Amino acid sequence: MGSVGAKEVPVLLSPEGLRIDGRKLDELRPIHIQVGALHNADGSAFVEWGANKVMAAVYGPREVHPRHLQQNNKAVIQCKYNMAAFAVDERKRPGLDRRSQEISKVIGEAFESVVFAEEYPRTSIDIYIEVLQANAGTRCAGLVAASLALADAGIPMVDLLPAVAVGKIAGKIALDLKKEEDNFGEADLPMALVPQSGRLVLLQMEGHMTEPELSQALELGVQGCRDIYEKMKQALRERYSTGPVGGSA
Amino acid sequence: MSRGHRPGHRSRGREGSPSSPSGERTLVLPGEEIRAQGLKPGPGTYRTGGKVYASVLGLLSERPPLVQVIPLSGRYIPKPNDTVLGTVTDVQGTFWLLDIGAPRWAPLHMTGTPWQVDVGETDRFLRVGDAVVVQVENLDATGRIGVTMNGEGLGKLEGGTIVRISPARVPRVVGRNGSMIDTIRRHTGAEVVVGQNGRIWIGGSPDAIHRVSEVLRIIEENAQHSGLTERIESYLLATMPTDAKGPEEPPVEHAHRDAPPKVLPTTDVDEDAVEAEDDTPEPVEPSER
Amino acid sequence: MSEEVSAEILTTHILDLAAEGKRLDGRGPDEYRAVTVEPGFVATADGPALVRIGDTAVLSGVKLEPGKPFADTPNAGVLTTNAELIPLSNSIFEPGPPQPGAIEVSRVVDWAIRAAETIDLTRLCVTPGEKTWVCYVDIHVLDHSGNLIDAASLAAVSALAHATVPAKRFEIADADYPLEVNHFPVECTFVRLGDTIAVDPTFDEERAAQGRITVATDEVGRVVAMQKGLVGAFSPDDVKDVVRRAFVHGERHRALAKGGPK
Repeated sequence: MGSVGAKEVPVLLSPEGLRIDGRKLDELRPIHIQVGALHNADGSAFVEWGANKVMAAVYGPREVHPRHLQQNNKAVIQCKYNMAAFAVDERKRPGLDRRSQEISKVIGEAFESVVFAEEYPRTSIDIYIEVLQANAGTRCAGLVAASLALADAGIPMVDLLPAVAVGKIAGKIALDLKKEEDNFGEADLPMALVPQSGRLVLLQMEGHMTEPELSQALELGVQGCRDIYEKMKQALRERYSTGPVGGSA
Repeated sequence: MSRGHRPGHRSRGREGSPSSPSGERTLVLPGEEIRAQGLKPGPGTYRTGGKVYASVLGLLSERPPLVQVIPLSGRYIPKPNDTVLGTVTDVQGTFWLLDIGAPRWAPLHMTGTPWQVDVGETDRFLRVGDAVVVQVENLDATGRIGVTMNGEGLGKLEGGTIVRISPARVPRVVGRNGSMIDTIRRHTGAEVVVGQNGRIWIGGSPDAIHRVSEVLRIIEENAQHSGLTERIESYLLATMPTDAKGPEEPPVEHAHRDAPPKVLPTTDVDEDAVEAEDDTPEPVEPSER
Repeated sequence: MSEEVSAEILTTHILDLAAEGKRLDGRGPDEYRAVTVEPGFVATADGPALVRIGDTAVLSGVKLEPGKPFADTPNAGVLTTNAELIPLSNSIFEPGPPQPGAIEVSRVVDWAIRAAETIDLTRLCVTPGEKTWVCYVDIHVLDHSGNLIDAASLAAVSALAHATVPAKRFEIADADYPLEVNHFPVECTFVRLGDTIAVDPTFDEERAAQGRITVATDEVGRVVAMQKGLVGAFSPDDVKDVVRRAFVHGERHRALAKGGPK
């Protein structure tokens, strides 16, 4: 994303090992979470992650429309990821495009792997992710926001789904790429972790890595996910804290 | 992975039980491990690899022989014998479909009413947009939860208005032993029908309706804070009409054909689900100000 | 359609209250809910603004890009307005192509902006017949709790009022400069509830309404757009009354649209 044009390639890694925004290779961008940001949805969350701003909403479980999509033994999980026209430098035409469809599919499948859909046969659980401002890693930010929205909506799941992208910049494995790093880096590996089982339910890679690099990237990503998991839990606790008596940990 | 709870029987805090010894209730999140201490996994939990985890965001509750999590959010999950308010969303030849705020619409069969309804005549009795008070029965053949209008306090609603709150807040609106709803009724003279699905019908003078709506809004926004009962009472006393003589009896004219339901029986209120207020004070009589 | 049916009882209650000059949330017939404008919400837009009216929230972003002028107006820039009623804003929406409601919001907001000559389109022209600035106004409804038109138009005008032409980034000039905005149209929507005509309807009030009318006014005393919507009727006297009220509300909201850092 973004217009590359005749720009020079920025220096992605300084001799001291610092990235263009001053982070070290294993550092996350700042993340701010607001659970329950919307009034109409059954569950919602607004996530600001670096310069990303992503809103997610969940409606359901509810009746399926159109009827023929319903499944007899479980809820249908429908996920729609969309970017606002003004979310990126070069205006994006409103409407479904191939990238959004692909992202919708992989995120939907990630949630199908953890939601107890059999509890609600013949219903649908609709997940909507809107990217209002994009700066690389929107599918991970969207997944995190949607996971929080599902918890906010009382949907039963195995666990929350922290997600993060690991990349390769200037030959080094780096956690949580921002836009310039994504544009000029050599690989991008988004992943989502089920902390309870330690398994990944979303894993993709664009670019190239050697085997040792991939192992290192997976380790770095899993640790990043665990850190994000703590932030997600804290945001939910703050939203649902029961006050002075019977409070959370 | 096996799960220790039956689908469709999520508890909304219905069976009575003693509170845990410390009086606290722990907030748990999906994926958090629960120390089961010899209890079996119940609604809101799942078991895998010999351990028990929470599956929903809610309050941990031990009810021997089960340990369960009471959801703090989400749609209403119907339970047999719940009294709920619904809106007719579809009319068919032999039944109506009601929106009761649950994941699925609930069918009301023509034989589940006190009326003599012929096949194809259903729209003469209830139309889309009508509001009714019904009772939840069991799963019907299509997997939907059926409801019935046969019973005391059930029927079509006329007049008044309907307010919606989160179903998780209903125990707070009813109160311990019905104390809160009783206070509300006596201090406003309004008729109030509380649905377990978070839909509440209010009848009476416009002023009474407005005051009850305000109380419900206060409860919805402040349910987890202590001192809620005092706050409600202050509001009710501060807004008492100047010509009032004190808590009133409900008006003789009933807004719907059947007698209004009494305060929900106490066994329907879960002590644990009412947020901790260690000593709920007795409702203050205005004359004792 | 996952349309939620509203209870007849609620509609009747809203109309009963209106007959006494009252509303569900305690407002009077000529009172708006709390209105806030937050410019700069999204950094990727050339002019962004987040507007809240009560629980309704609308985000607007302006984007300016070089393009070709239309053949029949070689000296003019291009302005296009688009509103998205995205499904996350309310359970009644489904994803897919724009629904009539979205198209109506887009068009009514667009008319007001054009008729008021908010931007002088000839000033957007770079090279006649060849190159011009294309100004996209994109409106994203985040939370629909009634009165989308007013929130959307306020967001659009606020976004324009705070927009920067990215001339340097596109190598058309040496520096970016603020977008020149000459007029500030503001929309004001009313609904008929029985004999009462109430301003700024909530979602439930829109459902109970027997007609809706929107009036856009600008700061030099002109009416620059009108749209009657929903099913119902207004007399000419009704129209004059709402126009008068629209000017008053317009003044107040205009100040909000223009305020804040540029």
